[in-house]
Amino acid sequence: MAMSVGDPLEVAAIKKDFPILEREVHGGRLVYLDSANTSQKPQAVLDAMDRYYTQSNANVHRGTYLIAEEATAGLEGARAKVARFIGAKRNREVIFTKNATEALNLVAKAWGRAHLQAGDAVVLTELEHHANIVPWHQLAEEVGIELRWIPLGGDGHLDLTHLDRLVDGAKVVSFTAMSNVLGTMLPVERLTAAAHDAGAIAVVDASQHVPHVSTDVSAWGADFVAFTGHKMCGPTGIGVLWGTEAILDDTPPFITGGEMILNVTKEGFTANELPWKFEAGTPPIAEAVGLGAAVDYLSGLGMEAVREHEVSLTGYALRSLTERFGEQIQIHGPSEPAERGGVMSFTYADLHPHDLTQVFDQHGVCVRAGHHCAKVLMRQLGVAATARASLYVYNDEADVDAMADAITDAATFFGV
Amino acid sequence: MPGLEDLYREIILDHYRSPRNRGELPAPPATRVEGFNPLCGDEIVVFVEVADGAVSDIRIGGQGCSISQSSASMMSAAVKGRTLDEVQALTRSFKAMMSIHEQSLDGEGEVVIEADPDVKLGDLEALRGVVKFPVRIKCATLSWNTLLQAIEESAASR
Ligand SMILES: Cc1ncc(COP(=O)(O)O)c(C=O)c1O
Repeated sequence: MAMSVGDPLEVAAIKKDFPILEREVHGGRLVYLDSANTSQKPQAVLDAMDRYYTQSNANVHRGTYLIAEEATAGLEGARAKVARFIGAKRNREVIFTKNATEALNLVAKAWGRAHLQAGDAVVLTELEHHANIVPWHQLAEEVGIELRWIPLGGDGHLDLTHLDRLVDGAKVVSFTAMSNVLGTMLPVERLTAAAHDAGAIAVVDASQHVPHVSTDVSAWGADFVAFTGHKMCGPTGIGVLWGTEAILDDTPPFITGGEMILNVTKEGFTANELPWKFEAGTPPIAEAVGLGAAVDYLSGLGMEAVREHEVSLTGYALRSLTERFGEQIQIHGPSEPAERGGVMSFTYADLHPHDLTQVFDQHGVCVRAGHHCAKVLMRQLGVAATARASLYVYNDEADVDAMADAITDAATFFGV
Repeated sequence: MPGLEDLYREIILDHYRSPRNRGELPAPPATRVEGFNPLCGDEIVVFVEVADGAVSDIRIGGQGCSISQSSASMMSAAVKGRTLDEVQALTRSFKAMMSIHEQSLDGEGEVVIEADPDVKLGDLEALRGVVKFPVRIKCATLSWNTLLQAIEESAASR
C-alpha cells in the first residue's frame, strides 16, 4: 500500500473511525471518492445521534422535565459548537436549516423579497452551484432583479478584471467560497470588500469550504454564510445559515409557524428573537446533535491538518494521474494544489463520464459523473459532463491509485 | 452481480462508435426537439420528418454516454420508414423492456406497460441489460421520449 511520508493526518487510523469503509462492494473494498457530494460519517457522530434517541429524545424548548432539558441542551450545545467552529461572534447568529439550499433560499426569499426591487442587481459567479442560482432566478421572475455574472478566467479562477464595474450599484454579491466542480478557492475577503465598497451585501456559499478549510466568518466580513451538515461528517437534514446579528434582525421570518413566535393573536404574530425566529416547527434535534459531534470530530483532527492533508493528497493525485495518463486525461481547475480543494473534475479521452464511472463501480470506486449541479459552469467549460473525484480526511494515496487502475480498466474495456 | 458485459453488449458499443443517422435535417420541414437528462446533463436532439403518417426521415444530434447514444442510434434505424402507429407500438415495447411504469389514466395506481407481442425489437434487445443498472434507464429512454415529443409537435404544427 502506498504510504505518504509526513501526512499530517493518520489516515489508516481515521479510516477505522468510519464504519462504512469496512464494507465490501462487488467483492472488494469501498473506495469512497465522492465527499464533495456527501461525506461519510464517523462512529462518533452515529453514536451521538443514537445516544440522543435512546437516552434524551424529547421536544425542545417546551418540557420542564429532565430529558426535555437534555434535548434542548443538545440542540443549543450544537449551536454553540458550530458558532465556535466558524468564528461566529454569537451563538444566535447560527440558524439551523435543512441544508445549504434552504439557507440560500432563506437569503434570497426572506431578505431578498424585503430589500430588493425591480432593477436591483445581484452579482453571482459562473462557478455557482444551482443552489446559489435558482433562488435568484426565481426572485428575478418575481420582482425583476437583474443578474450579473463574474466570469471564469484562466486556470479555473475567476476573471476579476472588471470586478469593480460588475459590482457597481449592486445590492447583493453572492458567491461560493470553493467551487464544487473545479475546487477553485475564491478570494472571499476581496469579494466581500468589493461588495461592501459598492454598498452591496456579501453572501458566501461555504458548503465546500467549511468541511475542508478552517473558516472564520467574522474575518471574512460577510453578511451571510451558508453551508450544509452532511458534507462535513454530519448527518443529512441539517444545514446552517450564519448571518450578522444586524442583518438577521433586518430579515423577516422565512418559514413560519410554531417555535418561531413570541405571541400569536387573531390579529397577527410577534416573531421570536434570534435564532428561533428562523427555526419554525420542531427542529432537526438529532441531526443538530450529530452535527455538533461532527464539529468535535473535525476539531479533534484539527482543520489545519485536514487542509494540509488534502493539499498534499491533491498534489499527489494531480501528479500521478497526469504522469500515468498524459494527454488522455484532462483535469479541470487550478493546477496549483494550494489554490484549490481536493475536488477534481476530469474527462478521459472521449469516454463519456457516465461510462467511465460505471466501470469504476466494478472496482468499488465511488465517483460522481454529470454536471454536478453547475450547468452554467459546464457550459463555460464547454463540456456536458465530467467525472468528479473528491478527497477527504479518510482518503489516501492508495485510494487515488485504485481510481487510476479503474481508469486503465475502463480505457481497455472501451478500447480507447 | 451484473457485470459490465451485461450492460455494454458488443452491438451497443458498435452503435456508440458508429452512430447511424447522425446529423441534422432542415427544420422546417422537419421537427427539431431537444431532450435533456437532468441527472447527467446529456442533451439529445431529434430531427424527424413525418409524411403520409410515417417517419420519412430522422437524424440524431447532441451528446451523451454510450447507452443514450447507442439507444438513439438503434432507435433511428428502427423507426425510419415506419408508420406512426408502428412507432408507438415499438416505443411501448421498448419501454416495457425497460420496465417503465406509467400512471394509468384514471389515476388508479401504476400500470406496467405491456409489450405488444407482434413487435420485434431486434437489435434493441441488446439494451435489456440496462434494467439491471437502474440509474442508466433514463439514458436509454431519453431519445425515445424526445422522439415521441417530436412526433407530437410535428402533428400539432400542421
Ligand atoms: C457549493 C455547493 N453549494 C450548495 C450545495 C447544496 O447543498 P445541499 O444539497 O446540502 O443543500 C452543494 C452541494 O451539493 C454545493 O457543493
